[in-house]
Amino acid sequence: MRVVFEKRQSISRQAMVLVPVLSFFAALLLGAILLLSSGANPITTYVAMLRGAFGSTYSFSETLVKAIPLMLTGLGVAVAFKMRFWNIGAEGQFVWGGIAGTFVALFLSQYIPDPLLLPAVILGGTIAGAIWAGIPAVLKAYIGVDETLTSLMLNYVAILYAQYLFYGPWRDPEGYGFPGTALFPEAAWLPRLLNRAHLGLVFAFIAALVLWFIFNRTRWGFELKIIGENKTAAEYLGIKIARNIVLALLLSGALSGLAGASEVAGLSRRLQTGFSMGYGYTAIIVAWMAQLKSIPVLFVAVLMAALLVGGDQVQLTMGLPSSVGLVLQGLILFPMLAGSLFTEYRLRIIRQKNEPSISPDQEIESELQS
Amino acid sequence: MKFKAWIGLTLLLIVAILVSGCTPEPEVEEPEIAPETEATEEEVAEEPTEPFRIAFVYIGPPGDLGWTFEHDRGRLMLEEEFGDLIETTYIENVEEGPDSARIMRDYAQQGYDMIFATSFGYMDHMAEVAAEFPDVIFEHCSGYKTADNMATYFGRIYQPRYLSGIVAGLMTETNSIGYVAAMEIPEVIRGLNAFTLGVRSVNPEAEVRLVWTNTWYDPVLEREAAVSLLDQGVDIIAQHQDTTEPQKAAQERGMLSIGYDSDMGQFVGDSVLTSAMWNWGTYYIDTVGKALDGTWESHQFWGSMDDDIVMLADFSGLVPQEVIDEVEAAKERILTGDDVFCGPINNQNGQEMVAEGECMSDSDMLNMSWLVEGVIGSVSQ
Repeated sequence: MRVVFEKRQSISRQAMVLVPVLSFFAALLLGAILLLSSGANPITTYVAMLRGAFGSTYSFSETLVKAIPLMLTGLGVAVAFKMRFWNIGAEGQFVWGGIAGTFVALFLSQYIPDPLLLPAVILGGTIAGAIWAGIPAVLKAYIGVDETLTSLMLNYVAILYAQYLFYGPWRDPEGYGFPGTALFPEAAWLPRLLNRAHLGLVFAFIAALVLWFIFNRTRWGFELKIIGENKTAAEYLGIKIARNIVLALLLSGALSGLAGASEVAGLSRRLQTGFSMGYGYTAIIVAWMAQLKSIPVLFVAVLMAALLVGGDQVQLTMGLPSSVGLVLQGLILFPMLAGSLFTEYRLRIIRQKNEPSISPDQEIESELQS
Repeated sequence: MKFKAWIGLTLLLIVAILVSGCTPEPEVEEPEIAPETEATEEEVAEEPTEPFRIAFVYIGPPGDLGWTFEHDRGRLMLEEEFGDLIETTYIENVEEGPDSARIMRDYAQQGYDMIFATSFGYMDHMAEVAAEFPDVIFEHCSGYKTADNMATYFGRIYQPRYLSGIVAGLMTETNSIGYVAAMEIPEVIRGLNAFTLGVRSVNPEAEVRLVWTNTWYDPVLEREAAVSLLDQGVDIIAQHQDTTEPQKAAQERGMLSIGYDSDMGQFVGDSVLTSAMWNWGTYYIDTVGKALDGTWESHQFWGSMDDDIVMLADFSGLVPQEVIDEVEAAKERILTGDDVFCGPINNQNGQEMVAEGECMSDSDMLNMSWLVEGVIGSVSQ
């Protein structure tokens, strides 16, 4: 007997609406059990979380601050995932965006006129992110190296390299030896729109629109979709697969790099600890929950950010340990992800009547081939 | 899931929670209020004063039994001292970085009167928030930025560290001592140097092997770092971290250790010979007292063993009397002006950094970025 996930042929409209709503309530219920068992009133807690995330202009702006990097990296991940290219490297691409942005802001500022400095910072970060994503892309497209591993492992390289820089050669000489670069010159600061929410928000909206246009209105977007859905068909159609993988990944990495550059130029205005908070990993959840669709990524990112910001309130107003906040965040995500899985797939139990007349080895092989 | 579904979901979420939020909460127990009839003029005249509200921002949980544990012990001492006059709260596990600004701003907006932040990385963010809330008092532990409403406080933990180094130097058998260190910042380097100077003052043959973890609080990593040192043959583990994990790792190998932050012997056992420990309560009571009676002024406090803010914990039963005598003698020397960082002191290359008869200035100590002779390890420069 085997249990398999089977892709549903068609998904009913009701399921599309009902499943997320129901999973959301299931999530709240699960969370309520956790809260009750830690001695907190779930309703008060949820209200506190909601207020913490959306209760005032200020808290809403803080939610946006967290949503911006999630939007951009989420979009980046979605581009790659649409082609079934498992780019787990958004974090590393994000970090490189920060490194390159910092390099331009601190070390090229004397060669670049002030009005051009900020665009150069953003562009530098974007290009660096693209290049970092290009490495696993080229390896995959031309040599067939598994991209999950390469993109994941390059994250550590990027994170440790950034650490090396702000602990070592780039450390602020005025910083009393604390790890972190010097503050950027003011010309390299990304303008803030509302409190700390910066212009990166506009970048994210533009990026989402551009991606929507690419995937729905251009030939290239169509080609990418086909590659993702059926590689063999794509080959028959004469689509250049390798080249397209690389191009799409450059785009994917560019978005994460843009996120990293915006984060340093808009928020911390220096490269320091606490810069990479795992946005690139959360982005994977964001992209999946948005079904890899560009515009929904924006909304899911806000929701996700709200969960992160609101989660602080579990401590701040409810006085619960921070671990309850983290578990709650996990509990809420779990049914949501499960829900989206079951919208697209269904579980099927296969009973095999005549038990193996073939050896186990062969069976594994035949399963692998199928 | 379509876009529409998401809008629907988001709206539903907001409506659902708002609706549920509007319903009265029967579970919440009302504090017992005296019958209204008794609320006469007497009470109006004797206006119940609002408690002075104090918030602490912690980098780890009080359960770390180290750094944050000690700050929280100080907070509890505050509560005991001032009772109903104050109300305290804390938040744990706050990342150093932009997120911490949101937390501190949140407290200020909630009407807290005084905010303590107890890790170096909160400094810039506290300065940013302090500028926005001139009526709130901010105190930052271990940094250097101040404002009219923002003070710094710290202690010369290097003094008890030096003394604990004497214990280690006299009790090591392999002449190799391990040191698990957090961040490459002057605070940590200073402590490591002081410890090594203590070791070498009684045992010039001994060396101190160093491992960086790049984190203040990570129990698993702290333990692994200690194990890697033990594998290299050290027989005593000292540390600059937030938890007792390095001490536990040493004990499991049957080795000794020197604690930091709190009296770690209490939590781990006799294998912890002594600890260089913090005692924040005295300072917290002093500064909150000033805030309460309106005499608080911005300051940069760097207290010594004299001020009770830093001290050496009680010795474990394994420490022989001769060692204790030696430590007491050194303590006397420090308290009478012959501080730890007085020459001659050489750096790792044998080059003289502080000449005989000279002492480092506070600002040189606060900027320390080189390692003394006897440390096996390096800082990235």
